[in-house]
Amino acid sequence: MRDVAIIGVGLTRFGERWEHGMRELMAEAGIHALEDAGITSKDVEVVYGSTMASGRFIGQEHVAALLSDQLGFKNIPAVRIENACASGGSALRQGYLAVGSGMHDIVVVGGVEKMTDVTTGEATTALGGAGDQEWELAQGITFPGLYALMAKRHMHDYGTTEEQLAAVSVKNHLNAVNNEYAQFRKKISIQDVMNSKMVAEPLKVFDCSPISDGAAVAVLAPLEIARKYNDTPIQILASSQASDTLGLAEREKLTEIKATQIAAADAYKRARMTPKDIGIVEVHDCFTIAEVMAMEDLGFYEKGKAAKAIADGETALGSKLSVNTSGGLKGCGHPVGATGIKQAWEIVTQLRGEAGQRQVSGAEVGMAHNVGGSGATAVVHIMKRAN
Amino acid sequence: MERSSASMWRKLNSRYNLVGTECENCKTLYFPSRIVCKNCGRQTKMRDKTFKGTGEVYSFTKIHVPAEAFREDAPYTVAVIRLDEGPMVEGHIVESDKEVKIGTKVRQVFRKMLVEEEEGLIHYHFKFEPA
Repeated sequence: MRDVAIIGVGLTRFGERWEHGMRELMAEAGIHALEDAGITSKDVEVVYGSTMASGRFIGQEHVAALLSDQLGFKNIPAVRIENACASGGSALRQGYLAVGSGMHDIVVVGGVEKMTDVTTGEATTALGGAGDQEWELAQGITFPGLYALMAKRHMHDYGTTEEQLAAVSVKNHLNAVNNEYAQFRKKISIQDVMNSKMVAEPLKVFDCSPISDGAAVAVLAPLEIARKYNDTPIQILASSQASDTLGLAEREKLTEIKATQIAAADAYKRARMTPKDIGIVEVHDCFTIAEVMAMEDLGFYEKGKAAKAIADGETALGSKLSVNTSGGLKGCGHPVGATGIKQAWEIVTQLRGEAGQRQVSGAEVGMAHNVGGSGATAVVHIMKRAN
Repeated sequence: MERSSASMWRKLNSRYNLVGTECENCKTLYFPSRIVCKNCGRQTKMRDKTFKGTGEVYSFTKIHVPAEAFREDAPYTVAVIRLDEGPMVEGHIVESDKEVKIGTKVRQVFRKMLVEEEEGLIHYHFKFEPA
């Protein structure tokens, strides 16, 4: 395998982008990424496009070819990657493999989701497809319902409280205030979360990531030629992925995401690192309980200890380990297919020192953690600024 | 979610009677049923296994914002049940006066799950009630 670097990233503002359709969002993020990498459309050899449910949201499949065409790539191979909410991270990994293997030099990975053209009910149904359609959604067990089942058991086993869960949302909203691309740029309080409308007990609206439009694009190249294009290439030290049962009840425990544990262990091994080496991390906080479990499953805290630590401010911006500096899925927004690549965008932005008001000083190694469904897919990337 | 009648029909035995599978090789029990045993791979020898339908609540939640097809029913309580035979299964808890908690003993009942709009099918399904 060759060493692989990210040489360019681009993002759209996340949120209710009623003025733009899917193709305009992809083009907006794509142009930013190409400019950032200092390449032209002609340089791109292959594109991986990720979207979870464009067919249900806007009736459009075949999205990678559309992305390729809209960015002016000339008849290159274009492949769609779908792994529910981990589609973006999975596409990034495919790009990493394509460059690392020596097959291609310049590879684009782009994620998008256009979610606000349908009603909340239709969106809830579409997202339910990330779980086991036949045995979960068919019984009316929604996607928030699955994470609520995990939260209830976590609270039972470890004494995790609703206020501690709320603290995750408060932290991530605060981080989003200084992210100009974020959907919500408003500070909130624990009481705001506690008073918000119930979705699936104990999860309330402010425990849940929103429905969002948005796109994110990254450009990859072999590290050995990366500086030709960019002064601050970000090396991907590890790209690891694992899977598990779609059905929640078929797992041994509901208080952990085993796929995250496996992917993380593989990533640490490949990067020759431990959790202590990581300074910033974007974790998959589709629900507040998901961030709590991620902090445990990624090895930053023992099982059952993360919720209190988060509530005590141990993972706030500028602490020893800054978590979800972009605002996470909760504050920045969660256009499902784009999220995994947006996480990489944030890590790249931080490691370059270009994160402005939310810059973490001295961050050298970053991690992105992307989960599909209730944990049937997990993807972990470890990155650092190239020497 | 619009479901074809065939997709419901082919799983009726499981949905009505809680029928899963057992691998005769390694004795592992599964619900929902599988063709391939996770331990035995292509050595699998599966047969149907009807669960007794008794167990206890491993986790539960009350869903307030439902999926489209269930919008008339919200809020409703769903749970992960640890069956007495070992496997866990997801299902509805029917309304009753008894409080549901983690550890509450439950038993399987047969109930209406969903009535499709506009003279469509009526779906029946196993649910659970506090024992």
